[in-house]
Amino acid sequence: MSDKSNWKIWEVFVRSKNGLSHKHAGSLHAPDAEMALKNARDVYTRRSEGVSIWVVESEAITASSPDEKEPLFAPSDDKVYRHPTFYEIPDEVGHM
Amino acid sequence: MGESHSLEERFQAYVDAENKIEPKDWMPERYRKTLIRQISQHAHSEVVGMLPESNWITRAPSLRSKLILLAKVQDEAGHGLYLYSAAETLGADRKDMIDDLHTGKAKYSSIFNYPTISWADMGAIGWLVDGAAIANQVMLCRTSYGPYSRAMVRICKEESFHQRQGYEIMMRLAKGTPEQIAMAQDALNRWWWPSIMMFGPRDEDSPNSAQSMKWKIKRKSNDELRQEFIDKTVPQAEFLGLTIPDPDLKWNEETGHYDFGEINWDEFYQVIKGNGPCNKQRLDDRRNAHEAGEWVREAANAYAEKEAQRRKEGNAA
Repeated sequence: MSDKSNWKIWEVFVRSKNGLSHKHAGSLHAPDAEMALKNARDVYTRRSEGVSIWVVESEAITASSPDEKEPLFAPSDDKVYRHPTFYEIPDEVGHM
Repeated sequence: MGESHSLEERFQAYVDAENKIEPKDWMPERYRKTLIRQISQHAHSEVVGMLPESNWITRAPSLRSKLILLAKVQDEAGHGLYLYSAAETLGADRKDMIDDLHTGKAKYSSIFNYPTISWADMGAIGWLVDGAAIANQVMLCRTSYGPYSRAMVRICKEESFHQRQGYEIMMRLAKGTPEQIAMAQDALNRWWWPSIMMFGPRDEDSPNSAQSMKWKIKRKSNDELRQEFIDKTVPQAEFLGLTIPDPDLKWNEETGHYDFGEINWDEFYQVIKGNGPCNKQRLDDRRNAHEAGEWVREAANAYAEKEAQRRKEGNAA
């Protein structure tokens, strides 16, 4: 029993209104997904913060490691030509 | 050894540059331990903080005040949960933290070891105790550990309702009958000193503060926060027409702050040691609530198992 009373951790994502993405709100414990949803309602949307909730078992998430930050993200740092401000367009042309 | 030294230096430089630390980032072991201790104590304070107020839910003077008090107590439960979650991101186990609270190994804010003997105490707690907590928590919104900081942002948004509802109770009483005014004054008399003790020992007696400030876990010292709180609260008491029970309290033109009298640190340490008026009652109530809730947790497990079984059978058919 003691092991079971330590319920799994779930990550909670809340969509604050239609048109916006679900955003990570926090985590909680629950014995299954259905109760995780109910708990999420009480813990993270007491003030109409949401119109939709996702719950995902924390264990199911694969995360990139902070040690890989460099090799993962550095390659995009030297590609300034991917940004619009890289190009000089004369004022006469107008907004582009 | 040289390696770990340089890791610590890099960590400090990263924090100094106002970057936030996230759960999987490297951090000094003492940073992790300090945070787990502080965040779990903070969580326990929210949870134990429900007890003095729940005392008045069935005795609230109107349906309106009862609904508000229920919402407030529910918030405290939510705040406890945000904080336990933040501590879990550091590798702490929820069950261990709760066991530590129940065995008395972990501390919680001493303020909750004082009794709530009149309805005016609900006002004084919201106004002063939540007010002092907010001063601390606003500072912690900028703490260097990401999940703690995010929990604080949520909590601060909700906590301001707590302080305002408390002040509203005080306003009603302070503008009421002579008996009601006396009740309000009595509550202020009893809660004032414990509230300003909430900020902890004087800076020179707070040995861990310097390291916490260096790591930017704390952003202001105990004495700074205490002074801020007093400066903000004195005019609020004046507006109510109530007297703060400190004969040495007076405005200091030169410093631009209020001077205040000597805090009874003896009392402070006695209550921390477990000798406050309600320490035993609070822990007993907490343990009883946990044990009495065991059947609910068992039922939830049984239900989850049954549902999983049903789904399996449904799939097979």
